[in-house]
Amino acid sequence: MAEDVKPRVRVPKTASAGEVVVIKTLINHVMESGQRKDAQGNTIPRQIINRFTCEFNGEMVIDVHMEPAISTNPYFEFEATVPASGTFKFTWYDDNGSVYETTEEITVG
Amino acid sequence: MIHLSPGRVDATRRLVLKGGAVVALAGVAGIRFGLAPALAAANDAYPDAAFKVKGADGAIQALYGKAAEKSDKVRMDAPEIAENGAVVPVSVTTTLPGVTSIAIFVAENPNALAASYRIPAGTMPSVANRLKMAKTSNVIAVVEAGGKLYSASKEIKVTIGGCGG
Repeated sequence: MAEDVKPRVRVPKTASAGEVVVIKTLINHVMESGQRKDAQGNTIPRQIINRFTCEFNGEMVIDVHMEPAISTNPYFEFEATVPASGTFKFTWYDDNGSVYETTEEITVG
Repeated sequence: MIHLSPGRVDATRRLVLKGGAVVALAGVAGIRFGLAPALAAANDAYPDAAFKVKGADGAIQALYGKAAEKSDKVRMDAPEIAENGAVVPVSVTTTLPGVTSIAIFVAENPNALAASYRIPAGTMPSVANRLKMAKTSNVIAVVEAGGKLYSASKEIKVTIGGCGG
């Protein structure tokens, strides 16, 4: 499944200093809960994204711990204040050890 | 089996009991070892215990170590009726100052805790995501602000497979 994972992020390209921006993220992932059973009655092992973080210029903006109750293709929306131009870095941590990263620039002007 | 002398029965029983005790001890040790690293890493630790607890009150207790009080300053936006329990959009906002974390619980799910957000200063206490819900249940948002817990809850009806009412 890991090769299908593709993060998508929406951050405004520009903002004024100190402005509150809305950030939306989505990553396609099965989020297998570990509760379901296959046709043979075997439990399908859990495989979810268990942690999502967002950093701005190295400073933590949000840090989310997740449980199987998060839907398939986990979507997150949150708000951050932008003091200066910089880079948002988004990181998703998979149960299988994979880490998915993407970055997004924002210009304050 | 009927011809066993009392002494032999006793010995077998003792063995069984011993075996049981060893298993019990091993179990306790396993749990200890599992938890120790999580506790040691303090703040950055994955809140393992809280994610395994059934029932919302128990999960809140396990995550924060205290109970939450209801507050109208915590606002949760969620649908009255979710036509698909696999994707229930929920958002939590609050006007409380000094928010350090937000957590979302689904009372009737196999594990009540759905997600816990750590909110550093400078981030707005406003989050949204999508939940899976096993069935109609109360959804509880807990906000930690200034060391105290505030909560808001709402019942969301899940009509999966139904007509969507």
